[in-house]
Amino acid sequence: MVLIYFAMVILGWVNIYAAVYDEELANNILSLDYNPGKQLIWIGTSIMIIIALISLDYKFFDSFAYIIYGVVLFLLLAVLLFGREVAGSTSWFELGGFRFQPSEFSKFATALALAKYLGDINVKMDNLKTQLIAVGIFVLPMILIVLQGDTGSAMVFAAFSIVLFREGISPIYFIVGIGLIILFVVSLLVSKTIIFIVAGVACLVVIGASVKHPKRIAITAIVAFAVFATVTSVDFLMKNVLKPHQRSRVISLINPDADPLGAGWNVTQSKIAIGSGGFFGKGFLEGTQTKFDFVPEQSTDFIFCTLGEEQGWLGSMVMITLFVVLLIRISVIAERQKSRFARIYGYGVLSVIFFHFAVNIAMTIGLFPVIGIPLPFFSYGGSSLWSFTTLLFILLALDANRMNVLVR
Amino acid sequence: MNDDRKYVIRVVIILVAVIFSVKLFFIQIIDDNYKAAAENNIIHKIVEYPYRGLIFDRNHKLVVHNEPIFDLMVVPKEVYIPDTVAFCKLFGITQEEFDESMSKAKKFSYIQPSQFIKQISNEWFASIADQMTEFRGFYPKARTIRGYNFENLGNVLGYIGEINQRQLKADTTKYYKSGDYMGITGLESSYEEVLRGKRGVMYKMVNVRGVDQGSFKNGQLDTLSVPGENLTLSIDLELQQYAERLMKGKIGSVVAIEPSTGEILAFVSAPSYEPTLLSGRNFSQNYKKLTQDSLKPLFNRPLMAMYPPGSIFKIVQALIGLEEGVITANEQVYCDHSLIGDHAPQGYYDIRKGIMYSSNNYFLKLFRRIINQNPELSQFEQAPIGLKKWEKRMNSFGLGTPLGVDLPSEKSGLVPSPELYNRIYGTGRWKVSNLSSLSIGQGETLLNPIQMANLAVIMANRGHYYRPHMVKSVGNSHYLDPYYKEKIETGISAQHFPVVIQGMQDALRGTAGRALLQDVEICGKTGTVENPHGEDHSTFMAFAPKDDPKIAISVYVENAGWGGRAAASISSLLIESYLKGEVKRKWLEDYVLKGDFLD
Repeated sequence: MVLIYFAMVILGWVNIYAAVYDEELANNILSLDYNPGKQLIWIGTSIMIIIALISLDYKFFDSFAYIIYGVVLFLLLAVLLFGREVAGSTSWFELGGFRFQPSEFSKFATALALAKYLGDINVKMDNLKTQLIAVGIFVLPMILIVLQGDTGSAMVFAAFSIVLFREGISPIYFIVGIGLIILFVVSLLVSKTIIFIVAGVACLVVIGASVKHPKRIAITAIVAFAVFATVTSVDFLMKNVLKPHQRSRVISLINPDADPLGAGWNVTQSKIAIGSGGFFGKGFLEGTQTKFDFVPEQSTDFIFCTLGEEQGWLGSMVMITLFVVLLIRISVIAERQKSRFARIYGYGVLSVIFFHFAVNIAMTIGLFPVIGIPLPFFSYGGSSLWSFTTLLFILLALDANRMNVLVR
Repeated sequence: MNDDRKYVIRVVIILVAVIFSVKLFFIQIIDDNYKAAAENNIIHKIVEYPYRGLIFDRNHKLVVHNEPIFDLMVVPKEVYIPDTVAFCKLFGITQEEFDESMSKAKKFSYIQPSQFIKQISNEWFASIADQMTEFRGFYPKARTIRGYNFENLGNVLGYIGEINQRQLKADTTKYYKSGDYMGITGLESSYEEVLRGKRGVMYKMVNVRGVDQGSFKNGQLDTLSVPGENLTLSIDLELQQYAERLMKGKIGSVVAIEPSTGEILAFVSAPSYEPTLLSGRNFSQNYKKLTQDSLKPLFNRPLMAMYPPGSIFKIVQALIGLEEGVITANEQVYCDHSLIGDHAPQGYYDIRKGIMYSSNNYFLKLFRRIINQNPELSQFEQAPIGLKKWEKRMNSFGLGTPLGVDLPSEKSGLVPSPELYNRIYGTGRWKVSNLSSLSIGQGETLLNPIQMANLAVIMANRGHYYRPHMVKSVGNSHYLDPYYKEKIETGISAQHFPVVIQGMQDALRGTAGRALLQDVEICGKTGTVENPHGEDHSTFMAFAPKDDPKIAISVYVENAGWGGRAAASISSLLIESYLKGEVKRKWLEDYVLKGDFLD
């Protein structure tokens, strides 16, 4: 587990090095003026965090879960008021030359709070009130982060629903949710009239087949209404709820050629970079697309392009395998916990990392709209590295003490 | 109870990973488009255009050179114009043109340079260079256009233009790219491949802002440009200039050829245009004007105009008659005016006299003998056989087929075949009397002026010619295509020539008195071509001197009446100029320049 972590962090650093590599800078690329140099500091401080987390009493996380959560909520509020605006989002604190994003820390805090709440033996998952409170725990920071203007990071919190799923919430929610998402995408692709006709015909067929079951007819009617509502709201959603840049990202996902030099640029260039990698890649530091800045944000959100271009399909597979092993391993660790708190927290970690991994890769290869979230352990950035490190090592600290729980 | 859900979660994780792997497999390994797109991204091909070959006349006078000009390039992102009105005024464009060019440039790229104003002359650029510093984002890019030291040879030289879509498609060698310039007509077109040289290409790697990042693969793929080869024309510029001067204000053509080589010494299509009009900035404006001109200055008459040859054609009839053996050199034929109208008096004629006085009746009788060589058959049966034979003879004189001149758009002329008359009258329903007008160069037969000049060459050479050509040699190695060195025989025995040539020499005392030149034996033949649409065309072909011919010439002047006036006078003056180096007969020169040939 720790090995995978370090493998990823080192691979990540190597790629950041490659992403900004420039022959003229070769000699002082490790200086603190450039990303690889800075990332070394972040890695160093991450190791300190690891040591601190492991040396802390495992009970600390359990006991202070709500307090940490509270502090983070406070910070999220504060950053709204006093934060520094970077690229349209007020999600940064700046202290001296040093910046950090409270939203990153809210991830493990929320995981802790959720674990604390659901870990209580008296809480029953099938209780509607429990469900509401549990959802509230992660929706609250989500709202605050949306207010900061960082929709991408906010969406991560939706991943906590995986935790709820594991803890036994009814799968109906997921079926309905996924159904709505599919409907949304379909209605962007296909004309509305066609959807209505298809839905209408399907509806009539179902009603016709279940004349003797009034309940089924009722359900069908409700579903039909929901379909109708969703489809008609798509335009409204696209035009009024999404900001222009978000809308264009959605459109460019569906039709990347609509505006190849504007909204489609990132994805097009990112796909070109990855796609030109071939099987073995172009070789370390040989990537032309990333080196010559065709891919924007290449050391942060689009770090995967560097890997895809320079290490090819093989390198990408190694990275994806690492993530799969890590995630499955987290699941295994979570499952072997004796305390519900630790298990739920484990799944919180899994949810967040999985969401980041899935969405980040999906957006670089054009399967998902571009939302600015980093690839865990690979992307450049102190806050995100610290955040993922903390998330992971709190779990390891809990895991190390799982026998103690039994004793208590 | 929810323990199985952990498997659902793990399966979802693996599923996502599998989807990524497959998608990556597709874009990284199967789909090659991304690799190509990546190369397009980073590799900028920088094309080095070579200098186009220069063109000299046969005495090494520089005729065509390259002139530096500038294209004004714009990088929209860097543009800063404090005063657009001043900018437009400086470059002589309107606000609309400015807006249009700018939006076009922006559409192309904000960060890469694109053409803003084309072809600013060197002098103009020097005069505005200082003021240009006020504006940012504009850069000059040097190019060359054709420059001309003389105002002559418009139709010969041709012009250069941007390649169009149709030409791009027709280019099987894939040499040209959109936006390239190529020779469109004239020598620029027919010698395009040697004149253009070879483009050099440098492959540069660039980053997203188009900034140079060094050469690609250490320059292994780069090639140097090779300048185009120079052309030495066979044209004698002085003779050409004199010919153009004499043809001023007239419609027609002059072709002069050196008989011993087939080299074209002068080649005039009147009216013509100044070559500078079709070079540089005002090309499209001037081109439009020239195409709309009712006198068709762009029409290359020596090659493209097809005229009835008129009486000069009698020379050919005489030779064919002798070669076919239907007449002997001294046979006396009585001619009255019973068959056809005639300027020649009644009496006995032989070949020499027939040519000297251009007797229509004599040549009609001769033509009948040529056609009707099989007295055992009916006239209707004889005519197609005879005409076929005649047509073959004509073809051997280079008539009815293109001569192969090294200029584009050469017309073949028209030599009527039996099939033509079968179509007109019906098979077996025509005889020699239907063909009468052919005998005197009227009727269906059409020749272009260069074919007429080539007839003069054949006479001068006593039976053979070389394909007329405009370029004496190519490049420093003085290469000449063997095609133009090939001696082409007409199949007429040398023994038949002296009497015809004697007739031509006597003709100058007969029908072309003005063409007589002291000390030089000119042999010529006039033609007055009946023109149903207006005044007759005046034509003349000649060679000189008689025993050691240096120049063969044909002149055709539309609507100028008698061949013995305009055409013969111009020919004679040109022969005098070429052989003696100066023209002493000022009265004749004035007569021609005045251009009033009709009484």
